[in-house]
Formats: sequence, C-alpha cells, structure tokens
Amino acid sequence: MSAIDLKLQCYGSDGFCLDVDCQLPAGSTTAIYGASGSGKTTLLECLAGLRAAEPGSTIQFGGQSWLSDNDLVPTWQRRVGFVFQDARLFPHLDVRGNLRFASQRAQNDALPLDTVCQWLSLHDLLERPCDQLSAGQKQRVAIGRALLSGPDLLLLDEPLANLDGAARNKCLQGLRSAREALQLPMLYVSHDIHEVSQLADHILVLDQGKVREQGPLLELTSRLDNSLAHQEHAAAIASATIARHDDHYGLTELQLEQQSLWVNQLAGEIGDKRRIRIPARDVSVCREKPEATSILNILQVKLTEMEETSDARMLLRLTLDQQSMLARITRKSATELKLQPGDILYAQIKSAALLSDAGDQP
Amino acid sequence: MNDPIQTAIWLTVALAATTTIILLLLGTPLAWWLSRRTGSTTAAIEAVVALPLILPPTVLGFYLLIMFAPGTAVGELWQQLTGTQLAFSFSALVIGSVLYSLPFVVQPLQQAFRRIPSDLLDAAATLGATPFDQFRSIVLPLTRRSFLIAASLGFAHTVGEFGVVLMIGGNIPGETQVLSIALYDTVESLRFAEAHQLAGGLVVFSLLTLFLLYRSDENRWGLRS
Repeated sequence: MSAIDLKLQCYGSDGFCLDVDCQLPAGSTTAIYGASGSGKTTLLECLAGLRAAEPGSTIQFGGQSWLSDNDLVPTWQRRVGFVFQDARLFPHLDVRGNLRFASQRAQNDALPLDTVCQWLSLHDLLERPCDQLSAGQKQRVAIGRALLSGPDLLLLDEPLANLDGAARNKCLQGLRSAREALQLPMLYVSHDIHEVSQLADHILVLDQGKVREQGPLLELTSRLDNSLAHQEHAAAIASATIARHDDHYGLTELQLEQQSLWVNQLAGEIGDKRRIRIPARDVSVCREKPEATSILNILQVKLTEMEETSDARMLLRLTLDQQSMLARITRKSATELKLQPGDILYAQIKSAALLSDAGDQP
Repeated sequence: MNDPIQTAIWLTVALAATTTIILLLLGTPLAWWLSRRTGSTTAAIEAVVALPLILPPTVLGFYLLIMFAPGTAVGELWQQLTGTQLAFSFSALVIGSVLYSLPFVVQPLQQAFRRIPSDLLDAAATLGATPFDQFRSIVLPLTRRSFLIAASLGFAHTVGEFGVVLMIGGNIPGETQVLSIALYDTVESLRFAEAHQLAGGLVVFSLLTLFLLYRSDENRWGLRS
C-alpha cells in the first residue's frame, strides 16, 4: 500500500491550468470531485502518463518516481488501470478478446478471468462483439479489462456518467467487490456527489485546476469549514450498521452510534455497515424531544458549530458521539430557539431523504 | 506464347512483387508517421510522396537515369557495393518503381491510420501495451483491409508502369523488359496477334484487381488518384 505524491502543472489548450500539489492516502478510494472543467480528467491523464505535464512536475507512487525532471515512466510501465468515460473497447475483439488483451499483458499475478466475470456479471457477454453491448455492459467490460491488467492503481474517469440507475448499480457492485478482494487503491473522478458518497473514503475537491479541499469523506462532508457544506445539495455522509429488518412496515433499522435510524428496507445482513447520506436541508432541530410526530428519526445531538450562510439561513453542525451531520435552518428559527454551540438538541430527519439518497451500498 | 513474352511476364511479376514488399516495409512507418502529425513539415513530405501522381513518369525516369549513370555518386557507390552497373538493371527498375508507386501505398495506409482514434491506443497503453505492441495488436488488425488495398494498388500500378522503366531500364529481355515494354516492342514490330494477347491480358488483370478491391467494401479513397 502506497501513497501518491503529486506535484503537477499542466496547461490545457484554452488557457486552463491544472496546478496541484498534494498527497493522496494509500490503499483507499479517493474521489476527485469538482464541476466539469475543474481539471479532474486532466489530473487522471497526467497520472496515467497520457498527457504531458510542465517541467518541474513530479509524480511519486509508493516510493517509485513516475515523473520528474530526470525520469519519465511511460504509461505502459506504470501499471495503472484506466476506466474511461467512453469504455474504449477494442472494436476488432469480442468481449473475451478485450479481457484477454489485458490479462496477457498483466504484470502482477494474473487475476482469474472467472473471478472478474463474476464480480461484473460478464459470463453471458464473453462471446459478444463489442458493438452489440449496451452502454452499461460496455462499461462493465471496460472495468473488467482494467482489473485484469493487474494494476497497482485504478483510475476511473466518470465511468458511470452515461449510465442509467440499474446499470450504474451493477458497475458499482462490481467495483466494490473488486476493491474488497484486491485492496486496490482507486482514484475516482466524478461530478456526482451521490456516486462519490457511495464509493469514496477520501475526497479531493478540485476547483478551476486547484485543490480546494482534501480529507476523509465522512469527516469533510460533516464539517462547516469547507466548500462541500455550502453547496445547495450539501449532505453529511455517515456510517451506520444494520440492526434489524422490519418486514411488516418495509423498513430497516440502522444503528448510528447507539441511536436508531429507520430507512426503507435495505438488502444486507444484520451487522453490515451501510453509508447514509443526510442532506442538510432535510434536518430540522427542536429543543424538546418531539412527541407524536410523523417523523420516525429523531436523534439526540449536540450543536457544535453554527454559521450564517446568508441573511436568511444558518448552517448547523450537529454531533452525535463521533460522527456529525449538517442542518440548514432559517436564521429566524435559530434566534427564536436561542441556539448556542454546546446545546443539546433533537434532530429530526425526514426518512424520505435518507431513502432516496442512501441506496443499498456499504 | 513464346519465351520472350513468358520472360517478360515473369519479370513483371518479380518486379511488382519486390516493389510491393519494399513499399509495405518503407511505406508503413512513413504513413504512420504522417498520420500522427500535422504541420508544414508533414505537408511538405506529403507533397513529395504524392508527386508521382501528377508528374509524367518520364520526368522521374529522366532524373533517376541521370542519378544512376556510371560516374555519378549513386552510380559509383552501387558499382562499388555490388560490382555491377545500376542503370539499365533490374535493381534500377525496383528503385524507380518504389518511388513511382509510393503514393499508391502510403496514401491509403495514411488515411486508414488517421481513422484509428488515439483514444484506443491510450487505452491499450494503460493495459501495458508498448507502442509497437499497440501497432501490432490494435492498428494492424483494424487496418487489415487497407493494407490489402495498398498492396494491390502498389502491385497493379507497378505492373502498369511504362515511362519510368523505359527511361531507366531500357529494353533488355530477362533483365528490364517488362510487359508494358514488351507490348510496345511487339506493336513496333507489327506483331499484332501477340500485342492483342498482352494488351488483353493486362486489361483483364487490371479490371479483376480493381473489381476485387471495390468488392472488398471499404471506403474508396485509396482509388481516388
């Protein structure tokens, strides 16, 4: 397991400049998040050696120098797997041919074709020509191909951007299985915070070619001092454990630091970890524990920070024991409730919000 | 058919085959290089490659003849290396034909290579394929038919050449007397029956080649010239 040290400068054709100096943690999935045009793809291409960076740029991967003023390791020796947004399957080869192209050139111990096919449900596609695949199938083959090349690092450039919900989930499923089995570090480019929240451990926010924020995802999304908290769709991501399935009402009870949280029924065993997204706009606070309310999820929290985000609105940081969430309320309510940091409050979370955003992912 | 005609046929086939092989070996890297670049250097080289398309073959033949003559640098070098004279030899014909048919091989290949998206090569590189491996395992299979077209055009065009051969090869049976020259010879000496056989044979051969090429159902840019 190795960290990635990056010091990159790269100019685009339209005067755009990527200027990044950062270290990414070892053995984890890092999301590179930002609006389109923020330099996410450029960063990946530089990492893979597909794009030349300015002199003075350096890339170190696990102590190996890939790029410096003295050496340049070419793409084909870097052992990176790259999943492009447009699958880029080789048109003259069928699915099996594409997969074999990768495994024949694998430098690490070759992964069994069978295993990869199982992760990504490719068995039925093996003999198909690539032009007879749907977008989702193509992308699964592309992911399989990248895995079979035995990479030390997997780069994914918005691999799910063109896919619909079901195809997306199948790809995510495959990626998770691979990650669990291989402990493969991944850099995952996305402009979709939902995708990011499902996969990443770590997040790097790029804005106009510069690193805006960087840190562990769960921590960063539940803090006020960064740009993520101030987005319209700001949402804290928390990790909870499945405690109980209630078949009668079609709900699942999650345990979030000794408190319980009800969501639409999820697949998974008791004890499985799940990530939930708690959108700031769907959290409200009360001084007293509300009785007789239709809202199922009421958590006791401590108000740890508050910030005025506009004339009308406030953003609160509510902490359980270790994990936190955000709440967006009006300034008027904050004044009327006389909120102060340190107050013990009751946070009400609309279940519907959790349902739509949580999905059934770990 | 009598012996001189058979000799001429054999010689023509040998010349066209040798020329085609050399052209594929030289033309492939040249076409690849040209297909991956733009700019005025590239344009200049493309112009030189295309020159035989518009230049009268006799012009090319004339300059080659002067260059190959004994006493010139090229002629002398050849003499020292091989101990034989270059002008009026089979080797001179091969060199002339390679230059003369160059665009017929390079242009279709270049066009075909241009249509290979570099995205695919990037993908291959991330899977561990070296540039040569990328060419062998991605570019070649995707342009196989263009290679067939390039080779056929190179071969057929060499079979059909006359002016260059006449200038630098002369008319030596078994050495430089190719079909088109032999045909000229038979007409000159009023042997029309033989001339008919030769001319008819060339028409059939050319038609057949073109028919097979068109039927191979790829874009026909290679035949534009």
